[in-house]
Amino acid sequence: MSRIWSAGRLTYLALTLTAFLSIFPIYWMFVVASRTSDAMGQVPPPVTPGGNLGANIARLFENTDAYFLTGLINSAIVAGTVTVSVVFFSTLAGFAFAKLRFRGRNALLLTIVATMMVPTQLGVIPLYMLMTKLNWNDRLPAVIVPALVTGFGVFMMRQYAGQAVSTELIEAARMDGCNTARIYWNVVLPALRPAAAVLGLLTFMTTWNDFLWPYAVLNDPENPTVQLSLRALSDGYYQDMSQVFTGTAIATLPLLLVFIVFGRQIIGGIMEGAVKA
Amino acid sequence: MAVQLDARPPAAPAHRTPRPSRVARLSRFDTRYSPYLYIAPFFLLFGVFGIYPLIYTFWVSLHDWDLLGAEHPFIGFDNYTQLLADPDFWHSVVNTLGIFVISTVPQLLLALWLANLLNRQLRARTTWRMAVLIPNVTSTAAVAIVFAVLFGREFGMINWLLDHVGIAAIDWKANRLAAWTAISTMVDWRWTGYNALIFLAAMQSIPRDLYESASIDGASRSRQFWSITVPLLKPTIVFAVIISTIGGLQLFTEPRLFNSGTNAIRGGPLRESQTVTMYMFENAFAPHYNFGYGSAIAWLLFALIAVVAAINVLLLRRLGGGVKGED
Repeated sequence: MSRIWSAGRLTYLALTLTAFLSIFPIYWMFVVASRTSDAMGQVPPPVTPGGNLGANIARLFENTDAYFLTGLINSAIVAGTVTVSVVFFSTLAGFAFAKLRFRGRNALLLTIVATMMVPTQLGVIPLYMLMTKLNWNDRLPAVIVPALVTGFGVFMMRQYAGQAVSTELIEAARMDGCNTARIYWNVVLPALRPAAAVLGLLTFMTTWNDFLWPYAVLNDPENPTVQLSLRALSDGYYQDMSQVFTGTAIATLPLLLVFIVFGRQIIGGIMEGAVKA
Repeated sequence: MAVQLDARPPAAPAHRTPRPSRVARLSRFDTRYSPYLYIAPFFLLFGVFGIYPLIYTFWVSLHDWDLLGAEHPFIGFDNYTQLLADPDFWHSVVNTLGIFVISTVPQLLLALWLANLLNRQLRARTTWRMAVLIPNVTSTAAVAIVFAVLFGREFGMINWLLDHVGIAAIDWKANRLAAWTAISTMVDWRWTGYNALIFLAAMQSIPRDLYESASIDGASRSRQFWSITVPLLKPTIVFAVIISTIGGLQLFTEPRLFNSGTNAIRGGPLRESQTVTMYMFENAFAPHYNFGYGSAIAWLLFALIAVVAAINVLLLRRLGGGVKGED
């Protein structure tokens, strides 16, 4: 191995510094969340956790500006439903595009890729009007239904199915009398499982994190997603900072847990997507 | 395969049947039409909630479409001409471009450098990768709130640190350039590691003997980086620039939550950090509810993204002028 590839002390130093800068704001969020509000005015700022987390959580959940518990439950419902749906429809369509032959396949696939390039902002206003017509404003279907499919998901599954699902196996299953639906369920889906897991993780994180569209369409303060609860907290006239930070910490926690458990897969997914894109 | 076929019980006498059996017809129907069934959900849902709004936005933008008004008269391109003469709109365009430039340039350079570090023989490889990606998996809203506090004027940690090196407290929210810097910092904090991993993936596909022979020829490490790594990474760099352009020009959550209170959607009392998307929200939803004007802003934003992305691609072409390996 040549000198170029070895990592010297400077490399580790630079990486350590980067890692510190990456993690510090998150760490500090938990520090403030576990202290009383005067932590904010202290000089020097505190950098170790205090013992006030329980009390902050209790106050946060009682706060009638934020409806934080409702926000958490709503976000779990929305992100859960959207994740299951995106994975299901993406594997289904990805399988069709990669392994089945039908008229107009390429043109339709191109349409899907094109949809990935359009900014969300462009459709927000008519979508809002549509939701008003459907009477879904301020209700969860307004955030769930438009997110049930994504072009990104279909494209990702199509790329993966092309190489992960063996055509011979599909043929063999057909010979055995399997119809296409059974082939999808018994042959394709098991082969797609690793990529489907990554797609599911990414979808869950994006949906949990979404702010713009819920902010537009969920105006009822009593029925927020967790990100909207955060907005309500941080926009309040009287800012109880330890309580706000408890909120940000709790809203971030599910994402961090997912990342700690599945980090390797998520990194693999991002890097693989990059090479193929 | 043959074994399977043989294993089947010999079906009815093998002479031709005038009509295919029910099973065979069903199976032909299945192979011919089920693909459409599988892709239909995407097209149905996307048609209603994706394509239709997209086209309808343009239609709405040609009308005087006030939520309160009973009628929505057609006014042609009036919304657009009004917008082009609207100083607040241009102010938001300048803010958006300013934040975009001062965030994207350092972000991509840092990401390249970081990827180069991560591409070495490292102990605990995955741990380092996770460490640089962790900002990307946090809640944007939460991060914006936390950074708004870090950049506080009185008790913010950044000002406290700056004080130690003799820099007077900066009012990050009231000064336009300072607000841009603070918001860019959030964006960079969140996306640098992500882009580094994208670059890393591409770097790993560069054959190593290229470097071996370059180093035999006496090329230094940095020379190799600029003459081998960067040119071969060009397609990936173009990809990253386009993705950052689309994301950067749509910026909303960070600047919206960096500001709080009554002027939040205006990006501060003097619109110090109002982006185009925020201006669209201000006009389309509370307080103005002017859907027509908001839709026109949305379309101009789209045009802006397309123009900036095109300029970026042209610039990048130029930069790598002499390099072979066009994709």
